[in-house]
Parts: sequence; structure tokens; C-alpha cells
Amino acid sequence: MKRASKLYTALIFLFLFAPIAILLLFSFNETKSLSVFSGFSLKWYRELFRDGDTLESLKNTLILACSSSVIATVMGTAAAVGIDKLRSKYARAAINTVTNIPMTNPDIITGISLMLMFVFIGGRLGLSSSLSFWTMLMSHVTFCLPYVILQVLPKLRQMDPALPEAAMDLGCTPMQAFFKAELPEILPGIVTGLIMAFTLSLDDFVISYFTQGNGFQTLPIRIYSMTKKTVTPKMYALSTIIFFVILALLLLSNLQDERADNRLRQSKHNERR
Amino acid sequence: MTGRGKGRRGLTLENLLLTPYSVWAALFILVPLAFVAYYAFTDNQFRFTLDNVVKFFTATSSVTNEAGQSQEVHTYLLIFWRSLKLAVISTVICLLMGYPMAYIIARAAPRAQKTMVTLIMIPMWMNFLIRTYAWMTILQDTGIFNGLLDLVGLGPVHIIGTEAAVVVGMVYDYFPYMIMPIYSVMAKMDNRLLEAAQDLGCSNLQVLRRVVWPLSLPGVFSGISMVLIPSISTFYISQKLGNGKFFLIGDAIEGQYVANNLHFAAAIAFIMMIILLAGMALMRRLADRHMRGGM
Repeated sequence: MKRASKLYTALIFLFLFAPIAILLLFSFNETKSLSVFSGFSLKWYRELFRDGDTLESLKNTLILACSSSVIATVMGTAAAVGIDKLRSKYARAAINTVTNIPMTNPDIITGISLMLMFVFIGGRLGLSSSLSFWTMLMSHVTFCLPYVILQVLPKLRQMDPALPEAAMDLGCTPMQAFFKAELPEILPGIVTGLIMAFTLSLDDFVISYFTQGNGFQTLPIRIYSMTKKTVTPKMYALSTIIFFVILALLLLSNLQDERADNRLRQSKHNERR
Repeated sequence: MTGRGKGRRGLTLENLLLTPYSVWAALFILVPLAFVAYYAFTDNQFRFTLDNVVKFFTATSSVTNEAGQSQEVHTYLLIFWRSLKLAVISTVICLLMGYPMAYIIARAAPRAQKTMVTLIMIPMWMNFLIRTYAWMTILQDTGIFNGLLDLVGLGPVHIIGTEAAVVVGMVYDYFPYMIMPIYSVMAKMDNRLLEAAQDLGCSNLQVLRRVVWPLSLPGVFSGISMVLIPSISTFYISQKLGNGKFFLIGDAIEGQYVANNLHFAAAIAFIMMIILLAGMALMRRLADRHMRGGM
């Protein structure tokens, strides 16, 4: 049984990582071929850094991801605090239902629906092109919001409701009570929400595809238009770089978690003594 | 609404905090959905019409079947049927492959659990277009997959451009979505329950069937919807791994968008949304009944 499960795990991981391994390998290929590895070279990496359009789209992606995740986090956190304070069961149910829509609807429907609205309004206003960076930003904020809210709400529920009240009894204004007592308690949820929003925005293709315009191209859209023709290993080189950056970030955050766990265990151990 | 204890002040504060989001959600979630319906039921001059919706059900085109004969088919009904079929096959494969994996992870030591979850998630960090493109190069007639088959002495298989290739792409892209919810339900499962079942004389298989499976059902149902919905509506996988322009329902929507037939694109999206909503409601009812019955 033990051996069988080990073999099964190995097979699943082989399936998951084989395409990525091939991608990494062929980014170092000497020739254009994506099936025959003829020799090691850094040619495609050099070409990547010479490709102005791709670098531009990388910059655009980062601008969009930073701005949309910050906006979504601020608005989403405020919304979560508001939802948590709601006493009316119906109002809460209504807001939860609406919040769930962008998460359960297929991306293509979210993208098409936003695009139709932008195009209609743009048409009425007589704009030459209805879609731009701003429509993309609004769309990204929209699909990131539910994830932020869902990260912050549980932290608010876990918090002792007496905490902000105690702060106010001690003379804090509601504003101060929020920033000094509540915020530190829910901060882990806010940070997770921010990171989730950032990566979702970074990686989104479908919704961006329908709401892009005016020459503002993000990296996934650039990749899409490149894969319409034949792809050069340049794209593989870019993926390799992104992959290792993300891997480093993941390892770093895992390490930090572990350190926090150890500290927790240590302090519990000390308490017991 | 009676403000208990805190009175008026809490009420205005919560309104103040909720207003931006409420306005945003109405403007960017509800209004756009209304626009889908509006476009679906209007023509280019924004006059009411049922033509777009009717076209979805009645439009026909001729295709050549395997015997080489020309055949009249309902274009969009056929596309929809194909999308549903491939999405269901992919979901079933994901479930069959993912359930044992989730179980293995959930039974591992805590540290190993964490590592395996991270490993499962890593491919998700790769852009999905590139992941799909990587499969395209692997599955090509002269690609690595056929090269490996050749080494073992099996003849080359033509797989790119077939429905099987699309299924491979869907399974690969959405597999983690199946594992994660099942794993998180299983990880919370009380071990003593399994031990109790064993003490009461259940074999390993019986424990799995009578205890683990019913308890993991909420995870299974959310895994199914998390794989089924993206795979039924995808439009990139089918373009790269399958052939033909209008392969799946997502391709049909995208094609109409590119051709600037926004009203018909909206009609297809509208119909897909209604069918998905009905399907999800049906599944939730089924899930509720199962879970009550299973306990």
C-alpha cells in the first residue's frame, strides 16, 4: 500500500512537472526547435532582453497588477469590515450572493459582460475607442475584490468583538479603534488577500483579453498574440525567469511560515514550563 | 434593523464602509450582466429581437462526416454538446486522478503535506497560455511524446488536433482545482473516526467507502464545479490543442467577438450562463441530498 501510494505520487508529479521541465530545458536550446535539443545556449535570453514590446508589456502587467490589487485590497477590506458589522441577515445574504458572482461565473462571461457595458457607454459618449487601460483596471479590481473579501472576513469573525469596543471605552474614536485594535488583528488576512489579488491580476488572460484596448498590452495578451504565430523559445525563456522568481517567493514565504511556527512552538513550550 | 448596544454610530460607520463596494459591485457585477441580456435580445439598432437566441438553436451548417458524406448539423447545439462532453470527461478524469492524490496528501505527515500542496500549486504559477503551448509542442506528431513512444517501440500516434489532446490540456490546466478542495476537507477529517470504523470491524476499503467518501463529498462537489466551469467555457486550449475555429462554446463566443457580432456573442454567453446556473443549482440540490443521506 505504502509503495503503491509513493509510485502514484511520483506519477502525478511527473505529469504535473514534465511540461514545465521541457519548457525550462528548451529555453536553453541552441536552435529554434522545440522538440530536438541540439546544444546549450543563452541566445533566447539575450533575444528576450532585446524585445522591447515584451518588456513593455511586462511593465504594463506590473503597473496593472499593483494598482488593481491595492485598490481591491483597500475597498475589499472596508467592505469586509462593513459586512461583518451588518446585522440584517437579508442584506448580508444579498451582498454575499453578489460577491460570489465573479468567482462562480466563467471568466469569459465576466469579460464579455464588462466589455459590452464599456462598449455601450463608450458608443453613447462617442469615444473613438471604448476600451483602454482604465477599463482593464476596473475589470481587474472587480474580479480581485471577492478574493480579498473572502480572505479578510474569516479573520474578522475570529477576532474578539470586544476588542474594538474596549479600545473605544479607553477613549479611542471608532477610527482609531479600527486602526489601532482591529487592523493589526486582521492584517494577515489583508496581506494574503493583497497577494492573491496581485497574482490573479498578473496571470489573468481571459478578462483582460475582452477589456483591453488602445494599445495597452499586458504580458498574457502579448503571449497570446505571439502564440497565434509560431512561438520562439524566447517565450520559454521568459516563462523560465517568471517561474524561478515565483519559486523563490514561495520558498521564502514557506520559510517564514516555518519560522513563525517554530517560534509559536517555542513559546508554548516555555509557557508549559 | 435594530442597532444593539452601539446604536446609531455603528450603523453609519458600516454604511460608510460598505457604500464604495456596494456601488462598485452594482456597477461592475450586476449592470454588466444586465448588458449581456440586453445585447442578447436586441439587434444592431438596439431594437428588441429574439433572432440571436433563436439562431443559437436553429443555425445549421454542413460538415463532412467520416464516411465523406456531407451532413446538415445544428452548428451551435453541436458545439455546445461537444463542450459539455469534453468538460465532463476532463472533470471525471481529474476526479479519478485527484481523489487518491488528495487522500495520500491528507494522510501524510504535516510537513510533507505542506510540501506536496506547494508542489501541486507550482504549475498553476506558470501562465496558462504557456502551459497549454508546452503541451502543444509535446503532443505534436514529431514532438517528445511521440519520440518517447518510438523509443518503447510503439508507433507514432496522431493526437494533436483531436479531442483527446483537448482533454489532456483541460486535465492538466485544471487538475489542482480538483485536488485542493478535496484535500482541505480530508485534512480536517477526524482521524479517530477512521480508527473507530476500523475497530468496529471495517476493512480498509469499507472505511474508504463508508467513512472517508461521504465525509469528503463537499470537497468533491466543489472540486467538480471548479473544474467543470472553466473547462466548459475555455477558448484557448481548444484553439491550440484541437483544430478548427469554432471548436468549443468559448471559441464560438470569442469568434463572434472578434468578428464584432457583439449581439450574437452576448446571446451565446447568455444561454451558456443560464444553462450553467441551472446545472449548478441542480448539483447543489443533489449534493445536499447526498450529504444528508450519507451521514
